[in-house]
Amino acid sequence: MMVRAMEKYLRPGIQETPFCPGCGHGILMGSVLRAVDESGLDMKKMLFVSGIGCAAWIPSPHFNGDTLHTLHGRALAFATGAKLFSPDLCVVVISGDGDLSSIGGNHLIHAARRGIDLKVICANNMIYGMTGGQVASTTPKDVITSTTPGGNPYRPFDLCRLVKAAGATYVARYAVTQPVALIRSIKKAFFHVGFSFIEVISPCPTQFGKRNRLERPEEVIRDLIERAILEEEAKGLTQEELREKIITGEFVP
Amino acid sequence: MPSKWIKVPFKSGMHYLSGNEACAEGAIAAGCRFYAGYPITPSSEIMERMAVRLPHVGGVFVQMEDEIASLSAVIGASWAGAQAMTATSGPGFSLMQEAIGYAAFTETPCVVVDVQRAGPCTGQATRVGSGDIMQAKWGSHGDYQVIALSPWSVQEMYDLTVRAFSLSERFRAPALIMADEAVGHLRENMFASARVEIWNRKKEKGGSPFGTEEEFGIPPMPSFGEGERLLVTGSTHDAFGFRKTDDPEIHAKLTSRINGKILKNRDRMVETEDYFLEDCEFALIAYGFTARTGLYVVRQLRKEGVKVGMLRLKTLWPFPEKPVSDVGKKVKKLIVPEMNQGQIAGEVKKYSCSDVIPIGQTNGEVIRPEKIFEVLKRFAGPPIVKRKTKVRSNPHPGSHEVE
Repeated sequence: MMVRAMEKYLRPGIQETPFCPGCGHGILMGSVLRAVDESGLDMKKMLFVSGIGCAAWIPSPHFNGDTLHTLHGRALAFATGAKLFSPDLCVVVISGDGDLSSIGGNHLIHAARRGIDLKVICANNMIYGMTGGQVASTTPKDVITSTTPGGNPYRPFDLCRLVKAAGATYVARYAVTQPVALIRSIKKAFFHVGFSFIEVISPCPTQFGKRNRLERPEEVIRDLIERAILEEEAKGLTQEELREKIITGEFVP
Repeated sequence: MPSKWIKVPFKSGMHYLSGNEACAEGAIAAGCRFYAGYPITPSSEIMERMAVRLPHVGGVFVQMEDEIASLSAVIGASWAGAQAMTATSGPGFSLMQEAIGYAAFTETPCVVVDVQRAGPCTGQATRVGSGDIMQAKWGSHGDYQVIALSPWSVQEMYDLTVRAFSLSERFRAPALIMADEAVGHLRENMFASARVEIWNRKKEKGGSPFGTEEEFGIPPMPSFGEGERLLVTGSTHDAFGFRKTDDPEIHAKLTSRINGKILKNRDRMVETEDYFLEDCEFALIAYGFTARTGLYVVRQLRKEGVKVGMLRLKTLWPFPEKPVSDVGKKVKKLIVPEMNQGQIAGEVKKYSCSDVIPIGQTNGEVIRPEKIFEVLKRFAGPPIVKRKTKVRSNPHPGSHEVE
């Protein structure tokens, strides 16, 4: 039997992850647990709150702490209630882009505004994966989805700029292809007092990829490695070159 | 865990308060230490009083961005160990429906106050109505049960709020207080006792938080941070909270239990009050502010010798089937006045064998006695006709309202 490095943080009885081949959520799941491990946090004092969608399954039921799998879009509101009443809990919200920024967008800006000590990890696959690949508020322009067969006519949210403007005090973006930086960032969020937001670019070959010529898991990962660049690397690039890139790094503070 | 008596952090004795203020005090008396809400007429005074009072008793108050967030925060706080409440009115109550379903399915104790106004939609925000009674029962999707109480006075805005917390904690279900604008804004004296009897959720280390041996049992409820590594989900779940989204047996068992635990314990939740029912030929069935009008009418007609009584429903859900059916058995007609188009009258019809006459009124005003007199005199026979003559020939205080 394979020995899993982060086994002790998994709920007993958990076998495999429910994610599709090539999905980035498994890497993100491992990164969160490694950050917990390296931070020396006690899972018994951690509450993981999630909404509805693939990413909401990252903590629930897998993580062996308290988990609260809520309504679609409302993870932050549930988390706000739990954190305000039990300030000693380390409350981590892990959910998807559609959940946190579309149906739950209002809760996102208000939670950031209040500055309550919540650690929000947004798994952004730029699509509604669980429901069959519909366009999201984070889907790039012109991308083909099941509800934009002629290409997405609208521009996506820049979630980091959105929460920064709303008052988040720790904001970062990394791709699952940058696991070392991602784990470091999650650890920072754990120790940051205030509203932290980490946008994690996590590919969805099943729903996003199959319509946009990125179907094979290795192609998706290779594509993301090429596109996810640090702010410093972006400096020398032309507008044209930047169009395809995803700028990663820490934006606040 | 049986009930216990707790000290009330409010001066015992008489207080002159509005219904909404009394509701807030009742919540604090019952041990409510978390409130999340969003402003809406005519319930806002509850939130304003909680904002002032909760910090004094070590509680937490937060004004959220909408009603969806308010009830969501309440549920989050409840799992963190709080006795928690929110209050709203029609439009906000509509927004809360999905979360009410979540609370019912995850068996989360919480109290939701709906100070009903004239709907539908935005309707008349400052005017009274009681059109949310069926919504309270059926508003969220799927099969579930709630507990809903109906106060008719400032005293009951206090007492029934205390009771709502107890019922909600004891049966691990959302408890709704279906108040109306008239009771919420009514000001009168009420009595606060030094202690109140309350129930709290039971705890059991290592217990299964979502399943019981008994078919309709109430499982123990741990809180976050107690080391129980809770798994709470609004998806179908087994006794320990593991998602079981395609197991027919588990889904059937869970839905059956969350319904059965309320319906089988109906007798512990249902409270009604009888007025002149022993020998009556006609009976009113009324609740909320309308029952005040009803009682006035009954007392007036009793003076005239009309054998009329009233059954007042303090609990609306689960429905008081037995008291209603018992009254139905002994009267010729049941008259159901209410500030909607016959929502409870329909239930009364379901459980009684007598003729049911609904008096529905949806004009944004409380039902006046004339309206009930008028209906009664149609079939209550000679005594009322006699009375009409008497009123005309010999007017006295109170009777001018009749014609």
